[in-house]
Amino acid sequence: MAAAVTVLLDGIASGMLLFVLSVGLSVTLGLMNVVNLAHGAFGMVGGYVCAVLLNRAGVPFVVCLLAATLAAALLGWVLERLLYVRLYGRDHLDQVLFSIGLVFVLGAGADWLMGARQQLIQLPEWLSGRVEVGGVGLGRYRIFLILLCGAVAAGLHFGLVRTRFGARLRAAVDDGVVARGMGLPVGRIFSLTFALGSGLAGLGGALGVEVLGLDPNFPLKYLVYFLVVVAVGGANSVAGPFVAAILLGVLDVAGKYWVPQVGAFVIYTAMVVLLLARPEGLLARARS
Amino acid sequence: MTKLTRRAAILSAAALPVTLGRPALAQSGDPFKVGLILPITGPFASTGRQIDAAIKAWLRANPGAVAGKRFEILLRDDTGVAPDVTRRLAQELVVRERVRALAGFGLTPLALSAAPIATEAKVPMLVMAAATSIIPQRSPYIVRTSFTLPQAVRPMADWAAKNGIKSVVTMVTDFAPGLDSEKAFKETFTAAGGTVAGEIRTPLRNPDYAPFLQRVRDIKPDALFIFVPSGEGSALIKQFSERGLREAGIRLIGTGDVLDDDILNDMGEAVIGAVTSHHYSTAHESPENAAFREAFKAVAPEMRPNFMAVGGWDGMHLLAAALGRTNGDVDGTKLVEAMKGQSWTSPRGPVSIDPATREIVQDIYIRRTERRDGQLWNIEFDKIQGVKDAV
Amino acid sequence: MRVLLHALPWLVAVAGYFLLPEQLPLLSSIAIAALFTVSLDLIVGYAGVVTLGQAAFFGAGAYTAGLLAQNGWGEPISGLLAAAVVAAALGLLTAPLVLRSGALAGLMVTLGLGLMLYEAANKAAAITGGADGLQGAEVWPVLGVFRFDLYGQTAYLYSLSVLFLLFWLAKLIVASPYGLSLRGINGNPRRAPALGVPVKARLTAAYALAAAYAGVAGALLAQTTAFVSLDALSFQRSADGLLMLVLGGLGSLYGALIGAAAFTLAHHALSEASPIFWQLWLGIALMALALFGRGGLMGLLRKLGPRG
Repeated sequence: MAAAVTVLLDGIASGMLLFVLSVGLSVTLGLMNVVNLAHGAFGMVGGYVCAVLLNRAGVPFVVCLLAATLAAALLGWVLERLLYVRLYGRDHLDQVLFSIGLVFVLGAGADWLMGARQQLIQLPEWLSGRVEVGGVGLGRYRIFLILLCGAVAAGLHFGLVRTRFGARLRAAVDDGVVARGMGLPVGRIFSLTFALGSGLAGLGGALGVEVLGLDPNFPLKYLVYFLVVVAVGGANSVAGPFVAAILLGVLDVAGKYWVPQVGAFVIYTAMVVLLLARPEGLLARARS
Repeated sequence: MTKLTRRAAILSAAALPVTLGRPALAQSGDPFKVGLILPITGPFASTGRQIDAAIKAWLRANPGAVAGKRFEILLRDDTGVAPDVTRRLAQELVVRERVRALAGFGLTPLALSAAPIATEAKVPMLVMAAATSIIPQRSPYIVRTSFTLPQAVRPMADWAAKNGIKSVVTMVTDFAPGLDSEKAFKETFTAAGGTVAGEIRTPLRNPDYAPFLQRVRDIKPDALFIFVPSGEGSALIKQFSERGLREAGIRLIGTGDVLDDDILNDMGEAVIGAVTSHHYSTAHESPENAAFREAFKAVAPEMRPNFMAVGGWDGMHLLAAALGRTNGDVDGTKLVEAMKGQSWTSPRGPVSIDPATREIVQDIYIRRTERRDGQLWNIEFDKIQGVKDAV
Repeated sequence: MRVLLHALPWLVAVAGYFLLPEQLPLLSSIAIAALFTVSLDLIVGYAGVVTLGQAAFFGAGAYTAGLLAQNGWGEPISGLLAAAVVAAALGLLTAPLVLRSGALAGLMVTLGLGLMLYEAANKAAAITGGADGLQGAEVWPVLGVFRFDLYGQTAYLYSLSVLFLLFWLAKLIVASPYGLSLRGINGNPRRAPALGVPVKARLTAAYALAAAYAGVAGALLAQTTAFVSLDALSFQRSADGLLMLVLGGLGSLYGALIGAAAFTLAHHALSEASPIFWQLWLGIALMALALFGRGGLMGLLRKLGPRG
């Protein structure tokens, strides 16, 4: 029983992390209709920023997370203004070509600056070790992941539904021409959204150094996971990818714990079944 | 289609004078081309970088011609995941560049796919990294200068049985080298009176070791034996300490891959006290190793040479020694013959090439991870001499 | 003039055999990649079904041919046929799953199925050799005469002949009424059913046909290298194939040839010149092409020679 609770919480933690890493992809795909396979590269950049600041400059971990988020967001903003903006409305396959090229470039850049080896970080004392709650042991870092990523998810959902920016974004996406005609700065809204998604990936990459590892191969290594989350969750909301990420996280961890001989089969099978059952995404309402 | 056969005849005739090798009166500094195929990018890039740096270091430390030959290294990247590319590169290096030896080979399938090329082209193939036992049986031209997993694993199992560890859970990555180590550990450990309380295999692509370690914690063995590819180890060991396995009284043992010197220093306090067995530690104390480390530092100051690097360094030494023995004759068959039975003092300690299996024979050290002068090192405290690869 | 244009790629390919006798392994790998890319063009470019799992069929074909050769049947041409049949059957089996959902979901289903097959092959190590790869495949001489040699002469001529035949077969198919109906479906998926075109059946057939092509490409790789490993089934292979297709340009079959050749050559030349940073240059080239060229290299060529 205790084992089941531990497995469940571990799964939720890993799902939450996956969510923060992939939600930006879902936003760019669902809202802006851009296939950005380079999304993981922003996570990688965040991870490296975090690792360098923490290991070489001794900056506190929380500050590193913030810096990673900002650095990735800044990079996202610059690249959006310079390059991605030229790809809006283009064929998806052109976007694939472009973003894979970008992955190669950023990966080579990371290799040049940091080398090919794994980057490791040391978590601060207050995030290491585990706590026992009623006989159930849980790593502190995992609790931290759940709380932080949960807050991010809630903030995103609230921001998109309740704020003025959210309303403008949804308007810009629903009908860019009309929105522009109404005087909405559609270009700037897209830039900010792209930067936000990249920043979140940066945060996820920084949080993930400890759990997922980090090397120049990171963007391609986890690309499949990001795609799975977006596809299963549906690419037009925050809640869909959130539920999908948690579901996949829990299934993945539980599968490894109880049926390790089946290996990665669990998660792929779950993905295919979910896609067949809910092709528009987990929480999608029926659309005409 | 006589054209095809004629073309083949012309080609092989053109190649003939070269492949037969020139007599030993060749001019000093005659190039001897070595085709070095390594994963330089991709998930296993660190393996390739280590070996590449070690070979550059060796060339720097040994600038003179060997038996009138000067080594010329042609480096190729096979990305580590595509055996057909490795094979094609080997083929090309032999056919187009006319290399006299192939070297490198980061992973087992890559080495296996290239083996027939070595056989057909009759050039020595120095395996400097890939560690599955079967490899040298795939071609009479393969000589290995790295290690094999059973070589490293069996001493560990023996040591565990003799040092108060009665039950062990094994946790290995689910691919050939992992299964090799699982099998070798179980055989040796149970023969020495221990019991294997659980066998866990983790997938090769695995973002998270936590659930597997949770299972280990539930089983509560005396020790956990681990084997994962170099580079994965730190994630695993961190989880090991975060899960509280140490507090639960479970000891951590494994092969040295897990505590790869390349990244050991960044692994943090969690790894202190782990006991591993391996053929090389950067901390090994000997004049040969000091020279190796110094030469390596001149080439790659930001890296610590690891067990992959020493395989590359020794590979070059072996090739040079063989050339010396043939007096500069570059015939592949003669070179392989000349490699058999060579023995020398490597940075890792005394080693030799088993003439029967073309496999390296070496001392295996039992090491404990400690902090010295503010850095983490694998400190050797026991050794088993002259370990052969016994599957 | 037109005939000459159609003959050009093949003249280049044959010239390559004589001019680059030491580069034949590279040329064979281009021919195999080209066949794989043609298979992708059939399903992506003509039928309009984007897939991220085409390697599943490539791998299925490779393992079929490899297992046959390993178990005492090394005759290459029948090996190709068997690979085509197995891959096509797998395509027929999975087509309903891929085609029943929308574009993005279908795309992800192909990815998921590909990954599942990869894991299955990994787990079935007793049959496939798992991560070590399938060994001991003995491939017999082509037509009982031409042995696969170290220089790769047989391998290249064999792969090139198969590519040539299947390329022109594909040309015939896409020009047939069936091929035209595929274009109709791709151009306007809503109107096609109104015209009485059985969309599902047509797409299923196209999916199986592309699968068979990919299977033959895989079998060629298995036979010419006498080795099969898991990477034949990997996501990377699917992605590379798609990259080559987009690079060359969709929907003309020639784009597939050009894309495969350009990508493989660029990859090879760059990684030889700079083993560590070739990805940087390749990446820059891909980005530039995506930004400034439409319709891939074929699009670029069309611009250069407006007479087409």
